[in-house]
Amino acid sequence: MSSLLKNIIRFIFFILVQVLILDEVPPLHQFIVPYLYFLFLLWLPFSINRFFLLIIAFMFGLSLDFFTGTPGLHAAPCVLIAYIRPFLLNLLIPQETTEQSYLEPSPKNMGWAPYGLYVGILSFLHHSLLVLIEWLQFGNFMFFIGKVLGTTAISLLLIFLTELLLSRKGRHRTNAA
Amino acid sequence: MKNIFLFIRRYFTLLSFLLLEVLAIVLLSNASKSHEAFFSSAVNELTGHFNGWYSGFRGYFGLKEANRQLSEENARLRNMMASNFQAPDTTRKLVTDTLVRDTMGRVRKFTYLPARVIGNTYTLQANFLTLERGSAQGVRKQMAVTGPEGIVGVVVETSANVSKVMSLLHRNSRVSAMLKKDNSAGSIEWDGSNPSFLTMRNVTKGAKVAVGDTVVTSYYSANFPARLMIGKVASISSDQASNFYTLKVKTATNFFNIQYVYLIENARYGEQVQIESNTPKNQ
Repeated sequence: MSSLLKNIIRFIFFILVQVLILDEVPPLHQFIVPYLYFLFLLWLPFSINRFFLLIIAFMFGLSLDFFTGTPGLHAAPCVLIAYIRPFLLNLLIPQETTEQSYLEPSPKNMGWAPYGLYVGILSFLHHSLLVLIEWLQFGNFMFFIGKVLGTTAISLLLIFLTELLLSRKGRHRTNAA
Repeated sequence: MKNIFLFIRRYFTLLSFLLLEVLAIVLLSNASKSHEAFFSSAVNELTGHFNGWYSGFRGYFGLKEANRQLSEENARLRNMMASNFQAPDTTRKLVTDTLVRDTMGRVRKFTYLPARVIGNTYTLQANFLTLERGSAQGVRKQMAVTGPEGIVGVVVETSANVSKVMSLLHRNSRVSAMLKKDNSAGSIEWDGSNPSFLTMRNVTKGAKVAVGDTVVTSYYSANFPARLMIGKVASISSDQASNFYTLKVKTATNFFNIQYVYLIENARYGEQVQIESNTPKNQ
């Protein structure tokens, strides 16, 4: 399956999972909202053009916003993590070995520790901006910190469960692709 | 000039990042104010169809609860039917009519329209419901929405067959309310933390409020009829510095499994809002 087709399917899959399942979960606690959809952006290939990455992130966030009725609320944090992503990947992986030979970030390609750091930092940034945008209009500081940390913890749990369930093959980049 | 182009090329990614962020914030702030800027009817219709399909599938799981709520409401309404009451004498006869003007000379003010809920969020800070009934079936913006157990929200947007309702669980939601016991007025809002509890502000300290008191819609609202159920007082907090109580109100409506609602049309809504928004001159 080509990388483009695979990512289009993932785009639809993550939006559907977020809208149909995770947004329907009754709140366990006022701090916790399960978010998984932005994993799509973390799984995009290494080689993607940075400008396209921003555009894709914006469209992806906006299409989730169409379902929740808040245009721009999810688009803003998606664009933020899409902008930070290339810098973080450059820091976390050795240039010659990984980026040259593998297609996309995954625990097998990068190792569990760098991948965990990559996912953790980006989900923390995503939730901080998301809650901050909601918070600008009301709320207090403890609520802000609690909500960001609680949501990040649940997101990390969901992401690692996803990684364990859908074991993606650490595919090598070939000349043909 | 050349330097400007060089600058743009050099920082193209950063600039496009900033541009998209600003665009997202602008979209969001426009939407919070008017709820209509970016959401064209086309997109609303598309997500509405999708939600309708999914809700049709999911509706089976809640049929038992929906049946219970509807039959309870039927029982309540049957008890209010005119045929249950005996007229005091035979010279006057009470007739309840569905026409605009009935034989007693009363004018119909409120009309109820049933609708199915096909989309519902309650985990966000700004929650909406989607209803399968739109402007082609008589839905207008700002119509009140109530469920079998209590009020739900206000219509903010309609397309041909689908309409979108700002839930009570929305940070911009404001509904005029009062205590059923002594008609002390206040305003129902949501603080964004727990979807089971609303906040009622500006209740005068003269009110004899107790935990468990019923909160209903007030006589002052333009879109809600008076005395519709909102919830029950769960806790009372009084600020020393002000003359008002702030009450925590448990919602009567269960927002987690709501399936059928009624839209309420006020025939005199436009008239009331217009005269209320007129600024008096020469004062």
